[in-house]
Amino acid sequence: MKKPILPMVILLMLALLVLALSPLFGMAYIPYTALGQEHEILLNIRIPRVLCAFTAGAMLALSGMSFQALFRNPLATPFTLGVSSGAALGASIFIRLGWAFSFAGISGTSLAAFAGALLSVLLVYGLTRLKGGFSTPTLLLAGIAISFFFSSLILFIQYISGLTHSFRIIHWMMGTFTTADFGKLANLLPFLGIGGLLLAFLHREMNLFMVGEDIAISRGVNVGLVKKLIFLAASLMVGGVVAVCGPIGFVGMMSPHICRLLVGADHRYLTPASLLFGGLFLALCDTLSRTLIAPAEIPVGIITALLGGPFFIWLLLNRKSNLEL
Amino acid sequence: MSIPIIQVKSLSIELSGNEILKDISMDIAAGEYVSIIGPNGAGKTTLIKCIAGIYSTWQGTLRIREKLLSEYKNKELARLMSYVPQAEGRTNPLTVEEFVATGRYPHLSAFTTMQPEDHRAVDAALERTDLVPFRQRTMNSLSGGERQMTFIAAALAQGASLLLLDEPSTFLDYRHQANVAAILTSACREHGITVLAVHHDVNTATACSDRIYGIKDGRMVCQGTPEDIAKADVLQNIYDTEFSITPSSDRTLPLVAAGGAL
Repeated sequence: MKKPILPMVILLMLALLVLALSPLFGMAYIPYTALGQEHEILLNIRIPRVLCAFTAGAMLALSGMSFQALFRNPLATPFTLGVSSGAALGASIFIRLGWAFSFAGISGTSLAAFAGALLSVLLVYGLTRLKGGFSTPTLLLAGIAISFFFSSLILFIQYISGLTHSFRIIHWMMGTFTTADFGKLANLLPFLGIGGLLLAFLHREMNLFMVGEDIAISRGVNVGLVKKLIFLAASLMVGGVVAVCGPIGFVGMMSPHICRLLVGADHRYLTPASLLFGGLFLALCDTLSRTLIAPAEIPVGIITALLGGPFFIWLLLNRKSNLEL
Repeated sequence: MSIPIIQVKSLSIELSGNEILKDISMDIAAGEYVSIIGPNGAGKTTLIKCIAGIYSTWQGTLRIREKLLSEYKNKELARLMSYVPQAEGRTNPLTVEEFVATGRYPHLSAFTTMQPEDHRAVDAALERTDLVPFRQRTMNSLSGGERQMTFIAAALAQGASLLLLDEPSTFLDYRHQANVAAILTSACREHGITVLAVHHDVNTATACSDRIYGIKDGRMVCQGTPEDIAKADVLQNIYDTEFSITPSSDRTLPLVAAGGAL
């Protein structure tokens, strides 16, 4: 079987390059040889921030990839399915209630976001199932409906919150890594670890889901169990990202697509490729967000959306059929 | 008849409140080629999906090799039985080789990779279906006929002794129809694979099969050898239209055509 070794190596090199060079850029250029305060900024602010952006991008790409396989639809992503909104609602409620607890080192916000993500996945899945198929219109309508509904609930929470609180929620909803540090990174990595590992073992099942559920059953896939595992992995990752840096759109849609062009559609290679590409893409976007209008910052969610919007339209226009990934 | 490899006893199923199949019984012996014929909406596809384990809400008894279908583990059943769905134009971005390799799924665990024997099974399936030149092509670049071949190839690569097919040659041009028929009969006669196929075309069914079941409105209305079925009154009872029967010089069986003596 032909293995896409060259593209994989190139992706890995690019990812390492982005990880190594991104911390140098920001409000001002800081070389690795810097001392004193600049050294502190590099070590404790820039490096964890780049790592956070990379991890978050990797998770968004992986969850997008698994949704696309499961729903057999190129437009299925954390954002379009309303999963990001669900996670954001979970996190908003948690922040508003002002609770503070953590479980096994994971912040309560992350767990609440995970619960919200899982809820919206199940809602969308149930709705499309009820309509008898994962066609693009049904899927997008269900996703948009849930997205709007949850967004209004978030607005309501903002409305009944104080001004400071409300501003914080708005800022966070745009998607940003401004406050990223090693603590946030520690809150992201377990989600990538569990979600990524689950998906890594399910590459054959994702291939079969992409072909069709009847074929998956006839090949001996325990469809019910595997579906739950994929939902779990994807919701964990979306929840983990949204809790830490807000709902960031389009990474989850673009990355798997570009990777399919690079390494093919076999999830054995598509999974690591999406992880690398999503990571380096979001780390790059975050570097842009820090430098474009320096000393000010643009929320990274705005940059991904500016790049993602045209890509989304291109995708809608270029598909030969709705069912094709 | 020897011990049946598939045994269906009074199988009934309702889908969204509609009774699709009622009291279906059939026995299929190892090594047989059995066809199911009937008009559109008779329940042929539903029956094959029940046997393939895709529908599970049926009532009755369904045994594969004398063991109840429900007692099989998923992969254990998939090693015994493979399934080719109706070609309804769906596609995917895998290459032909990657897709055919999905047939090896029941032989692999999450912690193993493809072994030499798995690669051999994939290669053999590609050769038997003349798909070797297509192995690096993506599925969504193939024609309908070529794609149908890949579904059959993947089912063959699965290495099961029992092959279920849902209208394997409908919508195909004549060359692909002939190829599919040749592959299926050779799988049955030379490799000892039991074939259960839904056929849309009565002449294809009579040419390939050892036995034929006729289904109408969810009920079994007739069964017999191709000779028993290729009769105007039998076919008229199944399809509710007149048939003309024409003796054929190069087939042992007559050709049938709907529409009476046109």
